[in-house]
Amino acid sequence: MNDIPTRARAVIIGAGIVGNSLVYHLAKLGWRDLVLVDKGPMPNPGGSTGHASNFIYPIDYSKMMMELTRDSTEQYKQLGVFTESGGFEVARTPERMVELQRRCSASKAWEIPAEMMTPVQVRELVPFLDESVILGGAYFPTVGVVDSLRAGTLMREHAQSAGALTVLPNTEILGIDTANDGTGAGRSGGRVTAVRTSAGDIETEMCVICCGVWSPRLARMAGARIALTPIVHQMISVGPIAKFADTPGEISYPIVRDVDLNMYERQHGGDMEVGSYAHRPMIVNADSIPSIEQAVLSPTELPFTQDDFDPQLAEALELMPDLLGDERAGIRYAINGLISMTPDGHPVIGETPEVAGLWSVAASWIKEGPGIGRAAAEWMTSGAPEIDIHESDISRFWPHQLTTAHVTARASEGFNKMYGIVHPGEQWESGRPTRVGPAYDRERDLGAVFYEAAGWERPHWYESNAPLLERCEGRLMPRTAEWESRWWSPIINAEHLAMRESAALIDLTAFAVLDVSGPGALAAVQHVAVAQMDVAIGRVIYTSLLDEAGGFRGDLTIMRLATDRFRIVTGGATGPMDLKWITDHVPAGCNAAVSDVTSAWTTLGLWGPRAREILTRITSEDVSHAGMAFGTCKEIEACGLTVLASRISYVGELGWELYVPMEEGGKLWDALWDAGQPSGLIPAGIGVYGTTGRLEKGYRAFGNELTGDFNLVEAGMTRPKVKAQDFVGKAAYLSQREQPPAAVLCTLTVDDHASSSGELRYPLGGEPVLGPDGAVLTDSRGRTSYVTSAGSGPSVGKHILLAYLPAGEAVEGRSLAIEYLGERYPVTVAVAGSTPLFDPANDRIRC
Amino acid sequence: MVEICVCVKRVPMVGGSILVTPDGLDVDVSMSGFTVSPHEECAVEEAVQITERLGGSVTVLTLGPAEAAGQLRDMLALGAGRGVLLETDGAEWGPVATAAAIADAVRDRGFDLLLFGNEAADTGGYQVPVRAAHALGLQCVTGIKQLQITAGDGDPAGIVASREYRGADEVFKLPLPAVVSVKEGINLPRYPSLPGRLRAKRATIDTIEPSAGKDRLHKAGLRVPVTSSKGAQVLGSGAEAVPALVGLLDELGVLP
Repeated sequence: MNDIPTRARAVIIGAGIVGNSLVYHLAKLGWRDLVLVDKGPMPNPGGSTGHASNFIYPIDYSKMMMELTRDSTEQYKQLGVFTESGGFEVARTPERMVELQRRCSASKAWEIPAEMMTPVQVRELVPFLDESVILGGAYFPTVGVVDSLRAGTLMREHAQSAGALTVLPNTEILGIDTANDGTGAGRSGGRVTAVRTSAGDIETEMCVICCGVWSPRLARMAGARIALTPIVHQMISVGPIAKFADTPGEISYPIVRDVDLNMYERQHGGDMEVGSYAHRPMIVNADSIPSIEQAVLSPTELPFTQDDFDPQLAEALELMPDLLGDERAGIRYAINGLISMTPDGHPVIGETPEVAGLWSVAASWIKEGPGIGRAAAEWMTSGAPEIDIHESDISRFWPHQLTTAHVTARASEGFNKMYGIVHPGEQWESGRPTRVGPAYDRERDLGAVFYEAAGWERPHWYESNAPLLERCEGRLMPRTAEWESRWWSPIINAEHLAMRESAALIDLTAFAVLDVSGPGALAAVQHVAVAQMDVAIGRVIYTSLLDEAGGFRGDLTIMRLATDRFRIVTGGATGPMDLKWITDHVPAGCNAAVSDVTSAWTTLGLWGPRAREILTRITSEDVSHAGMAFGTCKEIEACGLTVLASRISYVGELGWELYVPMEEGGKLWDALWDAGQPSGLIPAGIGVYGTTGRLEKGYRAFGNELTGDFNLVEAGMTRPKVKAQDFVGKAAYLSQREQPPAAVLCTLTVDDHASSSGELRYPLGGEPVLGPDGAVLTDSRGRTSYVTSAGSGPSVGKHILLAYLPAGEAVEGRSLAIEYLGERYPVTVAVAGSTPLFDPANDRIRC
Repeated sequence: MVEICVCVKRVPMVGGSILVTPDGLDVDVSMSGFTVSPHEECAVEEAVQITERLGGSVTVLTLGPAEAAGQLRDMLALGAGRGVLLETDGAEWGPVATAAAIADAVRDRGFDLLLFGNEAADTGGYQVPVRAAHALGLQCVTGIKQLQITAGDGDPAGIVASREYRGADEVFKLPLPAVVSVKEGINLPRYPSLPGRLRAKRATIDTIEPSAGKDRLHKAGLRVPVTSSKGAQVLGSGAEAVPALVGLLDELGVLP
């Protein structure tokens, strides 16, 4: 019997794979006085871990998920619970065969063994598979299965025997107490003070919710929101399978993912387990999850709805006719299993923005569980997990994304794409449009093709620019292959060329704008920015934010508007995370307020050689080069509005970001539009702003080149001196500067686009960079080289790639290769470092 | 060749603790769903085994709402050949009306054997098999744990059915046609195979309007009795616990 402690350093709720892994890693990192609570019994309290299919494929569309899986697999192996079985993804359609080839090439970037196989070769390894119904398959030999319950038990018991952990099974959480005593640093919900359970109350300042499908309910007890929903995933177990009667252990045959049909089949002892993501999305209201007493099997093993699975029965039978068609093999287990799904498919990890001390580590698969536990433990300890998990950060959500309607709509939309062919440019549909800027109607009338980012509708390109295609004939780098031409248009390249010839009007309303104000404002921004922030009023500073380990945490610009006011402008997608980061790092005792004013300001960008010509038609203020230098900002009167003009440029042209109150954006658009017509002003979309413009200038993007894995030195973004003031990551950064970088960010160009069939192919990113021996390049720290960004560079007439190369390979003129869809394409290192390919002297910007 | 009709009932699936709907009239199945009573599942398995040995066919029949066709298909997947749904509006029918409707539906259909589960899992009335046999003028045995068809000249002549009672076996011999209700444990029902399930999905179910009956038994409501919470009660330790232990054994009636 565990005596319930009255105080704990942290209370962790939920003893599934995640909770068990978290307490294990916290204990390893030296935490003591931990309490793990679950309303169910050990070892299987009845959550999703208890009925999981427990297999691990190493490859994922997301680098983060791949890394977490790799780490988790290592942990499972160390615990002795991993059995390698090998696994296939089989193709029923020609499109899938292409996708599998893409997966194999992508696997090379991560040193994951993978090879394409013919139907006959697949059958050699899976003899009960009818090879006549498939076109081929991708084989991943390192696929395996794990005993996740055993793993969790071992990890939990390890923490207990270290004296770090008290476990309270069969104990319900009655409430999470919070107090609003001003120490919550701007949080609406204050901070955690205690956790109340059916066995007693525990005082604590840290409460971690690892409850899978129950997580949102627990969070609500404290006034926070966790953006996940329970959703059904059907699975059945068929047995006894005659062919498995004499096979040893749990699994002897490779697992098969029948991806075109959203199904999988895996041996489990004497049974064949068949799972499906093909049925209609079935969202389950968390309030209708049965209790352990009410459940027929367990709370996350709900009664099977036969009709939803029947099509899959037929399909499984088609793939494995003799095995599954045996009349003596019965469906002896069938459930509507409950799993967690989030709007974007990524876990939800981190301290909740609403309540200080309330953490979420939720929505994990078995294949990431141990890795997520470790990353969360590292984050809780040092603030910097070794694996970059910013894509799982709980603070990434805007308010509308936290609503049940959004979460369930996106989860439903994403469910049937579980094994889908994911295009990098693929767009969500549900819930759109939600956030629209003041120029939205005008853009729509111009034929804007809208892509969504952070809920905003942003024009990616404009169909009204189609006439430019003829003008730019010969310089458009058209894409004939279907894959690259999907979610793309040559109009983007035409807009780019027109911008560099005349000028472009770009809607940047989706920027997140954060104001830092108060007597301590300078101290606050100084503390998070790498750059020197004590600059003259009217200066615009481009700076990185680093984490404690010196990896990239943010990338943004800061305007000094007053002695005690700074305006931070960052990407819409990272806004909420940047807000939380900056708020959390306001030094103690510093009197500064950080507020999100995104919805107060709209931003229009005006760039191109004729930008000044156009701007001076609507303002009489001095916006000449002498009157307004690059990297400065000031309020000007223009077209009857007070406009904050900021002279910087992510596209590498003369021009400004122009800020007006949201409600005046339409007027500013109209004024610029009219003033710009005589100069050939065109509207341009994010296709230009986010890709073509910046790649020609070598401008890095957060999440692509700038991630927690790399540093300023490697990214070629150092300044001659480091400021004297302290800032987050300074010590690490100083030490990085003292060593030669293990990798260098380079710009590469593709020498020959012709595939073996003669068609010109344009890679979209993620491709491994290969040395002369055909193996992926790896630096001295074990990091492989892969394309971090790819896109057209119409002004230089090249397809541009960015990639970190091992220092020894980062030599201008070096010939290398990338692998795309199983074929090699020669590439050349055009720039080692950050010198732009286009206008390297930056004359066009500083004129 | 034996023509068998097995009657099954759509009943709520329940876990360890049972919930009642807010109006107090039904079991709350929102978290569990429906299934066929365990005794009846064994009856279907028994029928399928008999026809596998001796030839013939198995019809499964139910009185219930349209959704009860799902339960029929579950039984078809085990090897039954035909399904008959006496479709109601979902209201609870009492045992008199149910038995009468079943009797009307099966009369003169040429069934050799009419099988039931001993009692339905939800209402536990024990009446429908007996009342149906009475309405049909057939002999009836209940609570059966073992069943054998005895041969006549090429045709089944009768059955030998047995059940346990207070440590002894009671054995009955009946001529066919007859009515038998069986108890769980008579066999171990198979799991449906994939082909079986697919055949069941494609099978036709005959839907018939049941003859209206009259019941004097009406459900007033459901009440979940208060049960004491489970837990271990420590009687004491060492020699001091002996009086309490002896008292408990006496209560249990195991002391000589």
